[in-house]
Amino acid sequence: MGIEEKIPDSIILTTLDKMVNWSHRRSMWPLGFGLACCAIEMMSTFAPHFDLARYGMEVMRPSPRQADLMIVAGRVSMKMAPVIKTLYEQMPNPKWVIAMGACASCGGVFNNYAVLQGVDRIIPVDIYVPGCPPRPEQLMDGILKLYEKVDKESLKDKREDWGRRVG
Amino acid sequence: MEEQVRGFIKDRFGEAVIREDDFRGEQSFYIKQEALVEICQAFLEDNELQVTFLSDITAVDWLGHERENEGRFELIYNLYSLTHAHRFFLKVHLPSEAPRIASLCDLWPGANWMEREVFDLFGVEFVGHPDLTRILTPDDLEGHPLRKDFPLTYEQPQFSWNKDEPPEVIR
Amino acid sequence: MPEQKTVTLNMGPQHPSTHGVLRVVVELDGERVVKATPVVGYLHTGIEKTMESKLYYQALVCTDRMDYLAPMSNNLGYCLAVEKLMDIEVPEKVQWARVCLAELTRIKSHLVWLGTHSIDLGAMSMLLYTFRDRESIIDVYEACGGQRMMTSYIRIGGLAHELPVDFDKKVRRAVKQVNEGLADYENLLTNNEIFINRTRNVAVISAEDAIAWSLSGPMLRGSGVKHDLRKANPYSGYENFDFEIAYGEKGDAYDRYLLRLKEIRQSLRIINQALDGMPEGPYRARVPGVVLPPKEDVLYKMESMIFHFKIITEGFKAPVGSIYQAIESPKGELGFLITGDGSNRPRRVRVRPPSFINLASLPRLVEGGMFSDVVCAIGSIDIVLGEVDR
Repeated sequence: MGIEEKIPDSIILTTLDKMVNWSHRRSMWPLGFGLACCAIEMMSTFAPHFDLARYGMEVMRPSPRQADLMIVAGRVSMKMAPVIKTLYEQMPNPKWVIAMGACASCGGVFNNYAVLQGVDRIIPVDIYVPGCPPRPEQLMDGILKLYEKVDKESLKDKREDWGRRVG
Repeated sequence: MEEQVRGFIKDRFGEAVIREDDFRGEQSFYIKQEALVEICQAFLEDNELQVTFLSDITAVDWLGHERENEGRFELIYNLYSLTHAHRFFLKVHLPSEAPRIASLCDLWPGANWMEREVFDLFGVEFVGHPDLTRILTPDDLEGHPLRKDFPLTYEQPQFSWNKDEPPEVIR
Repeated sequence: MPEQKTVTLNMGPQHPSTHGVLRVVVELDGERVVKATPVVGYLHTGIEKTMESKLYYQALVCTDRMDYLAPMSNNLGYCLAVEKLMDIEVPEKVQWARVCLAELTRIKSHLVWLGTHSIDLGAMSMLLYTFRDRESIIDVYEACGGQRMMTSYIRIGGLAHELPVDFDKKVRRAVKQVNEGLADYENLLTNNEIFINRTRNVAVISAEDAIAWSLSGPMLRGSGVKHDLRKANPYSGYENFDFEIAYGEKGDAYDRYLLRLKEIRQSLRIINQALDGMPEGPYRARVPGVVLPPKEDVLYKMESMIFHFKIITEGFKAPVGSIYQAIESPKGELGFLITGDGSNRPRRVRVRPPSFINLASLPRLVEGGMFSDVVCAIGSIDIVLGEVDR
């Protein structure tokens, strides 16, 4: 292989945090879940022209129990809000949330009785992607930003964080 | 075709027609609410006019407008003849207190969801409807959103983060 | 013998093949569907209420977000309705450009339908092909409105601005791409035995039933009723174009699939005619006080600037009365009923949503059939939940 010559003692030094984050980042499975207009752009992101598979993310999981990234793509109505909360709680830790588009982030143009003014009122959001709907490139950028965020996480914080999210 | 429809409804239900309107060339008849089912059935069964297609049922809330005198809710039945490509409207004014009208579900099965929607958003009761429940809004919503006295922004569900503060109301 | 019991199964609102957030409560006797109850409203956005609180030209933005697979058709329907209410005539060039864009939108919507419908039935690769070809139409959208989906390019009284310089080139490229794609789809699906077995004699509805259930669009034509609003009540100059109404015979899911492919071909025909015969002229009608003056005039002419300022700040006042304008959207009869009350905001904007009314017939389509056909029936109705729930 040749790599043995470069690392004579076959020892790689790293921290546990780095290793865990690397594995989290490299196997992020999004929940295949579309709400409204942004879902179509999300589908375009997975389709050939933009091809999210380049980042190792083409596996959409229809079941929340197998996913660790929730992309809230579209407006969240009052009737849908409890469902989204349930879906989020069904996802195993560690889990992340991207609020895609103006409606999921803050209600967008629909400031009315039917729409939840931002999905962050019911579940914690890691990345907000602006736009109505955001371009696929924007969503990809949001996902890459999420990777950067995951890289900076530490197990110690995470333990406390999970405690907060569950409780 | 306009003449034929007018002749048909005037001949057979002359007393039930309150007035006729052709705003922007669209034929519409304001009728008494008791006669609605009879008129619709007559149109449906007439072999010459062939008014077989119920396109839409909807309502308008005239609260605070001078038209409210005729009745606060204006129900609009959108009928269409596929063979003659002619569209006309039957309109019924209903009072503010307990608006109710006979259901058309027996004539057109497609009226089911349209009437449920009007019930959900305006609170008009359709007598004889098989399943008159809310369709678009959550089951526990109070009030009917498209009425003019329902505020545009008013967060009814209470979460842990806002249970102590009164919701902001925008009209 | 033990007592026979049925099983109630809940499908959705988070289900990969419900095209969004539709929920269907299905009662099963073994594999047979005894009863199916669609539950909608999980995407209820209050669009009609929001439109009532906006000025006429502001409410246009909401229409894009209803049927988000065919935003330009919604724009067109709303603008035609307001133009009818205000009695505005638009220039000929606007009409032709609108027809061209509306037909592109029809293709765009049908392509998404084809991709998602066939992925539900197990043809995974179709989505990749249709989304590839859809990108070429999105290029046209982007050139026109600067946005990939919600362009709001068709405005009251005309268009947002002049057609882009390379409009003709871009549209022709899209036409070419879709034309080549169509051959691929037909090769993959039309004679595919699995696809035919999954769709033939599934979700059948007769012509009489289709009319009684108020179905419209491909659902109605799939059962053999030759009704198309573009021919029956032409709007926006459709009478100038030469095309045929596609219709099916049996009224099953396979007929509707063939019909939509035929519609794409007819749309390509209309687009080619529109490009060849595109007249010269202004891109917006000149109606002072109602239609925004062209931007070039606003910068140099005093009166135009005053009108611009007046329309933007206080809008225009509509007469008292209701009008109804229906167009043939990709999903069916999309109607806008707009009631003016003498003020600058609409009293009521009612959208006659084709997918909502078509979806009401779902129990009729699936009851008595197999459970696996429910997915096929939902797909073949071609619903978009943004429009169902508004």
